[in-house]
Amino acid sequence: MSGNSKSSPLPTYFAVFFALLVGTALTVYAASLDLGRFNAAVALTIASIKATLVALFFMHVKGASEKLTKLVVISALFFLLLLLGLTMTDYATRLWS
Amino acid sequence: MPDSSTATALHVEEHNPALLHHFADAEQQRNSASLGMWVFLATEVMFFGGLFCAYLVYRLKYFGDFGAASKTLAVGLGATNTAVLICSSLTVVLAVWAAQTARRTLLIGSLVLTMLLGLVFLGIKGIEYKDKFEEHHVPGASFSFEKVPIPGHPGQFADPRHAQLFFSLYFVMTGLHALHMIIGLGIFAWLLAMAWKGRFTPEWHTPVEIGGLYWHFVDIIWIYLFPLLYLIDRHP
Repeated sequence: MSGNSKSSPLPTYFAVFFALLVGTALTVYAASLDLGRFNAAVALTIASIKATLVALFFMHVKGASEKLTKLVVISALFFLLLLLGLTMTDYATRLWS
Repeated sequence: MPDSSTATALHVEEHNPALLHHFADAEQQRNSASLGMWVFLATEVMFFGGLFCAYLVYRLKYFGDFGAASKTLAVGLGATNTAVLICSSLTVVLAVWAAQTARRTLLIGSLVLTMLLGLVFLGIKGIEYKDKFEEHHVPGASFSFEKVPIPGHPGQFADPRHAQLFFSLYFVMTGLHALHMIIGLGIFAWLLAMAWKGRFTPEWHTPVEIGGLYWHFVDIIWIYLFPLLYLIDRHP
């Protein structure tokens, strides 16, 4: 956890805040362009960058002294990818129906 | 702490009232609380993950129908709500910082502002739901989605049954998210009452921190819901 002796975290908070707002504007703008199959990829990439910013700086994963916290975050992502990935190995490869 | 009187009698030399007996020090106590919240959030990732998985499967299966249904949502309101939640996340980190640095007015102000922004979010969501009811886009007996063109395929119309599937996912996912917002408002009302009584100090403000973690998590869910539900196939 961040101690009081450290320099103020406020500039970081406001920088992340503005980055999140810019990301939102960017994703709305990108959706109005015809990027073919890449529309979804661009939207999800921007969303993931925003989510990472929130987790690292607002939820203090970056400064967490406890390694277990990082382990829990990574496990959650790992099992989510397992859920989505293994489901897709079935649905995305069905040659029938 | 039922036996705190005996404990203080035995350890007279130093007893920090904010530190529970079974923790070595305040930092360990704080880390344990935040770790517990993170484990809960990991279960929430799986909880919402099932819905995201269902969305992924049906979006790929009924690609055009989902695009047509998504186009009926109000992007302006959705984007406004995204911005509202981002603002509320900022007020939450300000509240945590205020608790860390013993700024009572800022703490109370940030908590109130967070709750107001949460209410604005739910209000806008309510307007969107009302519009969907009026357009008969709510799954059920009165569902109607006739002659809606599929984006990018002139002359083709969306299958109302597949569009209904999109709206089922839309209402379940945003509804579950809204339920989390309502629970978050309850948590923040309690935090506000505690802050008003002056219970939080730089040494002990764990509820503000882990309540904040919960709020940020709900924000992250929306960060994914917004593009997936509102922004697919928007381009002309």
